[in-house]
Amino acid sequence: MSDTLERVRKIVIDHLDADPDKVTEKASFIDDLGADSLDNVELVMAFEEEFDIEIPDDAAEHIQTVGDAVKYIDEKSAG
Amino acid sequence: MTGIGLLTPLGWGVEKSWKGIVEGRSGIGPITAFDTEGYACTIAGEVPSVDGRGGGGEGDFDPDQIMSAKDRKRVDDFILYAIAAADEALHDANWKPETNEARERTGVMVGAGIGGLGPIADTAIILKEQGPRRVSPFFIPSALINLAGGQISIRHGLKGPNHAVVTACATGAHAIGDAARMIALDDADVMVCGGAESSIVPIGIAGFLACKALCTAYNDTPEAASRPYDRGHAGFVMGEGAGIFVLEEYEHAKARGATIYAEVVGYGMSGDAYHITAPSEDGEGGERAMKAALKRAGLQPSDLDYVNAHGTSTMADWIELKAIERLVGDHAKDLAVSSTKSMTGHLLGAAGAIEAAFCVLAIRDQIAPPTINLDDPEHETAIDLVPHKGKPMKIDVAMSNSFGFGGTNASVIFKKVVD
Repeated sequence: MSDTLERVRKIVIDHLDADPDKVTEKASFIDDLGADSLDNVELVMAFEEEFDIEIPDDAAEHIQTVGDAVKYIDEKSAG
Repeated sequence: MTGIGLLTPLGWGVEKSWKGIVEGRSGIGPITAFDTEGYACTIAGEVPSVDGRGGGGEGDFDPDQIMSAKDRKRVDDFILYAIAAADEALHDANWKPETNEARERTGVMVGAGIGGLGPIADTAIILKEQGPRRVSPFFIPSALINLAGGQISIRHGLKGPNHAVVTACATGAHAIGDAARMIALDDADVMVCGGAESSIVPIGIAGFLACKALCTAYNDTPEAASRPYDRGHAGFVMGEGAGIFVLEEYEHAKARGATIYAEVVGYGMSGDAYHITAPSEDGEGGERAMKAALKRAGLQPSDLDYVNAHGTSTMADWIELKAIERLVGDHAKDLAVSSTKSMTGHLLGAAGAIEAAFCVLAIRDQIAPPTINLDDPEHETAIDLVPHKGKPMKIDVAMSNSFGFGGTNASVIFKKVVD
């Protein structure tokens, strides 16, 4: 399991008060983890803070699952 | 009125709060919510909570029993308090609308005087220090006053009118009166109504200090700080909490066999058109609100048994009392008037709500709540100000007065229901 995935999972579990077993790479914040659109905004802010990156709004719109977040963060950090 | 919910500096729940009132206990103590170093006022009436807030502990208010930590990010404390009190009021009334029709006929009218002052101040600091991208998406919905009512409606599926009053310290009284009118006008069969406040935050204390409204003279003896009608009064003491009621149309309540605490029979409003923070010097604004409420109720001043005064422990107490004396004339000697703010402090937008509850409970238990700390009355009056301890007496009709900054006045009259 990548370091990014673990850190993203921790943020998602903390912020959404989610069952850790359900926070898989495929899990959708809204469909599977009980988030609403405001939670998504807050999650993106938390990712920005944790990984010290900026996630523009148009990119944030496409981050709907744990895997989406990990992929975006890894690409951004590598770039 | 078929349901009551209270969260006050005297405790979580109607019976705990009411017991404290009848016994004449002060809910005022040192502020625990923040470091008061540098503040001229270091005391307030905080809601005793399990985390130690307000000197609380086990058995006191437990936010975890109301909402998860995740959901609490979406609400400021005034909303949390309103939700807690609404849960109790709806449970007390045994009103759980399940059909769509019953839900559409149940509305919410809950206000606050100031609303989310804490999140506004905290977010302003984040905005300045970290920029606009760090502002929480939950900031606005946690601070908006009408989100107390919004949250209650979502939680209980109440789809009727959803409204919010904002009239400073008269909010709670206006909310009850306006909700009763919505029922009378057939906008709803049932209204969940009242007020909530949580302004014991640095900017709240600093702001009211700047208005020269807060008591600064009793930081070492907090329980003695709120002393309406006493020569030693020195300004109001901030309180926090919520009072929420279930009001319903009389026949609706009878038909389902609900226990009816009392009937809202009168509601009067007025404006001073005088000053932003001070009442008119002769109290004629408050007097007109009381007269209007009596007229609406079809009652005479001599029908009043008990008045819960606005009585904030300021020079305005005497202005209000003189207005009551003019209103009732010779009936003064048979009237009890007290200020329960002597025990709870001033809950601003929730004050009129919790004080309405004390009027209704006074009718239920036939006990007039006391004015504590009234050791040395500043003026003579024929009215019984019920010093120190609650007084058993006949109370069929009780009136609650609430006056707010901006010169807004409201009086609500409650009457015992006789089958």
